[in-house]
Amino acid sequence: MSKLIVMGNGMVGQRFLEAWAEKPSHSDWETYCFSEEPIPAYDRIHLSSYFETKDKDNLALTTQGWFKEKGFHLYLGDAVVKINRDKKTVETASGQTFAYDVLVLASGSRPFVPPLSGVDREGVFLYRTLEDLDKILQYSPKVKNAAVIGGGLLGLEAAKALKDLNLNAFVLEFAPRLMPRQIDQAGSSVLQKKLEALGVTIMTGKQAKSILGDQKVTGIEFSEGEPLEVQMVIISAGISPRSEVARDAGLLVHDRGGVLVDEQLLTSDPSIYAIGECAVAKGMVWGLAAPGYRMAESVAARIAGEMSPGFHGADLSTKLKLMGVDVASIGDSVPQANQYDEVTLHDTTTGIYKKLHLDKLTGKIKGAILVGDATDYSQILQLYLNNMDIPGKPENLLVKGGGTIEIGVDSLPEGAVICSCNNVTKASILKIVLNGFHKLEELKDHSKAGITCGSCQTMVKQILHRELEKSGVEVDKSLCEHFKFTRMELFDIVRVQEIKSFDILIAQHGQGRGCEICKPTAASIFASLWNENAQVQPTLQDSNDIYMANIQKNGTYSVVPRVPGGELTPDQLIAMGQVAKDFSLYTKITGAQRVDLFGARVDQLPAIWSRLRDAGLESGQAYAKALRAVKSCVGSSWCRFGVQDSTALAIELEHRYRGLRSPHKLKFGVSGCARECAEARGKDIGVIATQKGWNLYVCGNGGMNPKHAVLFANDLDKETLIRYIDRILIYYIRTADRLTRTSVWLEQLSGGMDKLKKVVIEDSLGIAADMESHMALAVENYECEWAATLNDPEKLKRFKPFLNSDQPDASIQFTQVRGQIQPLTSGGVK
Amino acid sequence: MTQWIKVGTVEDFPPSGGACVLLSGKQIAIFNFTQDEWYAVENKCPHEGQQTLSRGIIGDFCGEPKVACPLHKNSFSLKDGRHLGGNPDWKLKIYPVMVKSGEVLLEMEG
Repeated sequence: MSKLIVMGNGMVGQRFLEAWAEKPSHSDWETYCFSEEPIPAYDRIHLSSYFETKDKDNLALTTQGWFKEKGFHLYLGDAVVKINRDKKTVETASGQTFAYDVLVLASGSRPFVPPLSGVDREGVFLYRTLEDLDKILQYSPKVKNAAVIGGGLLGLEAAKALKDLNLNAFVLEFAPRLMPRQIDQAGSSVLQKKLEALGVTIMTGKQAKSILGDQKVTGIEFSEGEPLEVQMVIISAGISPRSEVARDAGLLVHDRGGVLVDEQLLTSDPSIYAIGECAVAKGMVWGLAAPGYRMAESVAARIAGEMSPGFHGADLSTKLKLMGVDVASIGDSVPQANQYDEVTLHDTTTGIYKKLHLDKLTGKIKGAILVGDATDYSQILQLYLNNMDIPGKPENLLVKGGGTIEIGVDSLPEGAVICSCNNVTKASILKIVLNGFHKLEELKDHSKAGITCGSCQTMVKQILHRELEKSGVEVDKSLCEHFKFTRMELFDIVRVQEIKSFDILIAQHGQGRGCEICKPTAASIFASLWNENAQVQPTLQDSNDIYMANIQKNGTYSVVPRVPGGELTPDQLIAMGQVAKDFSLYTKITGAQRVDLFGARVDQLPAIWSRLRDAGLESGQAYAKALRAVKSCVGSSWCRFGVQDSTALAIELEHRYRGLRSPHKLKFGVSGCARECAEARGKDIGVIATQKGWNLYVCGNGGMNPKHAVLFANDLDKETLIRYIDRILIYYIRTADRLTRTSVWLEQLSGGMDKLKKVVIEDSLGIAADMESHMALAVENYECEWAATLNDPEKLKRFKPFLNSDQPDASIQFTQVRGQIQPLTSGGVK
Repeated sequence: MTQWIKVGTVEDFPPSGGACVLLSGKQIAIFNFTQDEWYAVENKCPHEGQQTLSRGIIGDFCGEPKVACPLHKNSFSLKDGRHLGGNPDWKLKIYPVMVKSGEVLLEMEG
């Protein structure tokens, strides 16, 4: 068997092994990997996150188990210290000797330590490995002020880490500005101001002369000016390739370090390759992950006897977040004067600086700098990498969110590299989508796109969605196995054919006997169209709708009475409290300004509601896909800032739309002034008072994927406001897919907000009158479902715990916590 | 020894729906698929152990009758009690059920 030795298990060494493991011929080889560090490869790009998470596993790129599984031999804490090229062996720190047929050097780099006196004092650290970070963590309790020498990418990361440790952080940069290799003077100043606002002191053009102190660091002395008092110094002034072992073995090495390699990454010895930061390829050291990965993949292919692409240089564009501040550079970001045309956006009020470098003849992008907002990084990068013409005016690219320009993923060529960290093209993403991986996480897993720095994720998602739209639609649109229609199509069928029962619907337009997906969907459509409440065809409904309460983890229910606009009288409050006390219910205030009473057994619900009804309360429909609540502030009735009576409007809206069944829950908010205390912009329908009337915002939500509602119309009078809301809600009810909140509906609506405005304001489809009468009917036919049920002995039968017994369900047990009940669950099979 | 025990009449059960009965301290969910098709399984969802299956929506999975637990929508076959999501540890006990002269009868041991 041939023997392959990999020297180093950093990010690039690991990528080599992963690429190697995928080659079938690797099983003809015995593969060894030696690493100086005590743990297998980890993510050095996100090193500073360790200070937040304190979790090494979070950064791990592999495990010892992976090596076992692949049959690779991993030696940790045992670096290669000598290469004997004539015998083709290596010696390790522990004194062992191993033979190789092919050797891959991936020993990386070490931090460059400037020639200062005092760098050996206690309290001086490097910033490169997890061990360095552990040492910094251990030492930090003795420290108040800490300085980072070096204001480059890694230095600023280190400064963030110091802030996370609650230290006073100083950054000392020798050059006249921060990140001199990536951004220009103006960009640096913007970045510097932002970082200073976050409490980091930045000193540029500052050359440290010596580190002061007897044993421990006490300060730093400069060539000129006052010394700086610090108890810790972190050196992050660039990298220097680790090529000493190679040099001692007689391989050709660059004057300033780094093993010289050709385009196939071969060193001056044809059995030895060098990849990553220990190599000098095309005349330079490539200090980023992506080029190192390209080298690793190329060498793995070559050793496996495949056509290897070789390494011909790489794009060094980067995007990162430094203490929450976006910084990105693309292509030739710091060119010589007058080389290109320039388009610059410099907003000193928000601290945003963006600049494009355009070819003087063709106008194509040759480089760019983005500071403070890098939302459009992927778009600009794609235009640059694919040498594309800018669609529209270049300045529009610099307006947040792309302004009027949106380069669709469709316009990108198949060969476009979407993820530059892992060299994933649009074509390879498409291939994986076609293979049936339709979830973003699966797609990322299989394509490796977006798993390293994450900056291309939005683009990966867009490609996925476009492709699904184009190919997967047929399959995906079916509601479930019983109906080959979308909810919207089914809605139209039910409406046009005036179908009123599920049995007829499924017999005529579906197959089988239905399920938990299509039955509630049909019930919701019947409710929206025929104002049918949940009690008419109860077996189509989810348990929550049948029992008109919210099922909780132990099978009991919670009860939420309606409190329109969040306004309730002391008597109502007392009544709720008394009911809760009498039935031993747990009480909590909800996020929607209501009171939730938990822990009711099915058989207790009618008695609870009979008491609540007598107190003048009605169902809050917290269990339904329907209007939940209209949250409000007190507005002009009490508040000294209020400009309109938001509470009164909220109550009116809640009364108008209560009980309205929809594809998903609906939440409203009404604020009495621009201070927005009711958080209306986090709601499906948000209304904010102005001096002249009401601003209407639509399609926002909180929850898992929060979205701000978008301004729909300004300064409306109440009648117009209500007319617009009527139309928007009915249009949503008629066209949205099942369980789709308004924000997602709007995203999916072809034509988007402009279309919605045309339909609602200009009545472009000619359906406004119909939609209004639909709503009028819903408003007129509202009745409290609980009141109706309490009056009907037949319906009350459903609340018996058992058909054959009136015993309460003995499986429900509670414990007491903070003076109230909490469920005890019996446990299932995990 | 097994015996058939009367648990109710056909009218007690909602069409295309379920109800729960209590027999010797055991909760059993009984489902009425109309067209004279009935199933009975233990009421307890094996996922987290709540007695909730009788409150689930019934229907079919590729023609096989099933119930979906209202808590997390785990579906179970009413023919053999297996979890349709493929968890081999989740299996419902099933009980023979029949309708005779409008009465619903369940077969119990002992």
